[in-house]
Amino acid sequence: MPEITREQVAHLARLSRLAMDDDELDGLAAQLDVILGAVAQISAATDAADVPPTTHAVPVENVTRPDLVVPSLNRDEVLAGAPAAEDGRFRVPRILDVE
Amino acid sequence: MSDLTRLTAVETAAAIADGQASAVEVAQAHLDRIAVVDGAVHAFLHVDAKGALAQAARGDAGELTGPLAGVPLALKDVIVTRGVPTTAGSRILEGWRPPYDATVTERLRTAGVVVLGKTNMDEFAMGSSTEHSAYGPTSNPWDLTRIPGGSGGGSAAAVAAYEAPLAIGTDTGGSIRQPAAVTGTVGVKPTYGGVSRYGLIAFSSSLDQAGPCARTVLDAALLHEAVAGHDPRDSTSIDAPVPPVVEAARKRDVTGLRVGVVKELSGEGYEPGVQERFDEAVELLQELGATVTEVSCPHFRFALPAYYLIAPSEASSNLARFDSVRYGLRVGDDGAASLEEVMSATRAAGFGAEVKRRIVLGTYALSSGYYDAYYGQAQKVRTLITRDFTSAFESADVLVSPAAPTVAFPIGAKVDDPLAMYRQDLATIPSNLYGGPAMSLPAGLSEGLPVGLQVMAPTMRDDLLYQVGGALEAALHDRWGGPLLASAPELEV
Repeated sequence: MPEITREQVAHLARLSRLAMDDDELDGLAAQLDVILGAVAQISAATDAADVPPTTHAVPVENVTRPDLVVPSLNRDEVLAGAPAAEDGRFRVPRILDVE
Repeated sequence: MSDLTRLTAVETAAAIADGQASAVEVAQAHLDRIAVVDGAVHAFLHVDAKGALAQAARGDAGELTGPLAGVPLALKDVIVTRGVPTTAGSRILEGWRPPYDATVTERLRTAGVVVLGKTNMDEFAMGSSTEHSAYGPTSNPWDLTRIPGGSGGGSAAAVAAYEAPLAIGTDTGGSIRQPAAVTGTVGVKPTYGGVSRYGLIAFSSSLDQAGPCARTVLDAALLHEAVAGHDPRDSTSIDAPVPPVVEAARKRDVTGLRVGVVKELSGEGYEPGVQERFDEAVELLQELGATVTEVSCPHFRFALPAYYLIAPSEASSNLARFDSVRYGLRVGDDGAASLEEVMSATRAAGFGAEVKRRIVLGTYALSSGYYDAYYGQAQKVRTLITRDFTSAFESADVLVSPAAPTVAFPIGAKVDDPLAMYRQDLATIPSNLYGGPAMSLPAGLSEGLPVGLQVMAPTMRDDLLYQVGGALEAALHDRWGGPLLASAPELEV
C-alpha cells in the first residue's frame, strides 16, 4: 500500500525537527516502505470497523488531587541541567526575526 | 560468607539481618564483582559506588528496615535519579543529572535497597537487543558474543552476571521479559498502572510499565511489592491494594489452576528448541496438578503491527520534549541559527537511527489522511486484543506461551533489519496492549542458551503470575538440581 518518497520523509523530518541529509532521507524512505508494508496488514482486521478504540489499557477518569501548595523543583538545580541559562532562566536561540 | 554475590535477595537480606555480613560488605562485594566483569558484560552505564556505600552504611547504622534492607540493585537508566546521571541510553541526555527522583527510586530508597548504578538499554527503550544504546551494546553473560535482549539488556545481564541480585526494568513491548528469557532470569511486567511512571522517561505512555528483574520468582515478588502501589503523581496509577505477590510466590501450589496455552503464540517464527522447552514446562505444570487447555486469541496476529503504530506514535509526541532548551544536548547555537535550526541539529546529533526511525514513523501514522488507516485502526485492534484476553480468561486463570521466539542471537545479526528485530516481541506485546501483567521465567536451555516461559494474567491479578512461577520454578529446580543460572559457563573476563 504505502509508497514513501524522499519528499514525504523530508516533510515528516521537518515536522519532527530532525535535520537529515539526502542520503538519510533516501535510506529512511526505503526502511519506512518495508515497515509500513508490514504494519499495513492491520487493515486485514476487518472486524475492527465497529469497535471503539482503546486509548488506555486501564480506564481512569477525572483523576483529581487536593489543591495543595507543595515545593517546586529547585530552580538552580533545574537550570544546572540546561544547555544554557541566563538570569535564572533558560536561554534559547532567537525565535523572532527569522527570515 | 564465601561469595556474597551468589546469594538471592532473600538470602542477602537474611545474612545482613542475622549479622553474618554487613550491608557495606555486601555492597562492596558487588562493586568488586562489577569491577571484574563489567568490562566484558557492559551492563552498567554508571556505577554509583559512593552513593551505594553511603546507603549501605545507613543500613549498618540501623536506619534501614524492611525485607530488602541492604540488598543491592541495578536500576535501568530510564528511571531518573536525583544527582546521578540518567541518559536513557541516549546521547541527547549525556551528562544530565536529574533534579528529582522517580517514585520508583524513592520507594527503593525507602525500602532500604542499595542502588549500585544505572544499567544500559536501547536508546529510550526502543529495541530488543541493547544494540541501540548510544554507549555500545551489552553482552549476554551466557555467551559474550550474543545479545542480552532489550531494551533492558543491562538490567537482565547485571542480574545474570551476579553483579546485582535485583534490577529494575521497564517494559513497553517486552523490554523486561524478553531480556529475562534470553539471560535465564526472571522478569515481570506488572499490571499497567501497578507501578508509578512518575520519573520514568516516557517512550509510549499508554504501554510503559516498570517492574522487577531477579534470579528467583520470590526475589522478584519482594521487589515488585517494594515499588508497586498507588502514586498521586501518576494519574494513570491504580488506586487499589497491591496484589499479594509475595504470598503467592511462596504458595508453590497450582492444583486445579486452569492454564491456557495460546495457540497463536507458537509455530512460525518460534525456534523448535524454544517450543520444546516450552512444551515440557507445560507438561510439568500438568503434572503439578494444573489443568491445561488450548485457547485461541485470533487477534494476537495483529498485535505486532498495532504495537508498531501505537508505540512510535506516542514516542513521536513524547520525545518532542528533547528540544535543546531544558536539558541535555544543544548543537549549532552559534548566535545566528534560529531556535528551530538549533533544535533540528540537536535532535539529529542526539538521537540514534532507531529513535529517528520511530519518530518519523509515528509522525507519519498520526498525519492527517493516514490517521484512520494506521493509528485509529491500531487502537481499535487494541480493543479486539483486549477482548481476546477477556474471553480467554473465562476458560483459563492464566495464559502461557514462550516469552521470546528465539534464544539470544549474535550481536550484529539483526541490527540492520528493523522488522526482524521487532519480531522478538511477538509473544510479549499482547499483554502490553491489554494492560495485564506477565512474567518470563527460565524454562531450560536450547543450544546451550536460556529459554523463557511467559505467564500472562488478568489485570490486577499479578499474584497469579507468582503463584504459577513459584510452583514451576521449584519443580524445575528439582529437575535440574538447582537454578538454571548455575549451569551458565564461567564468564571469561
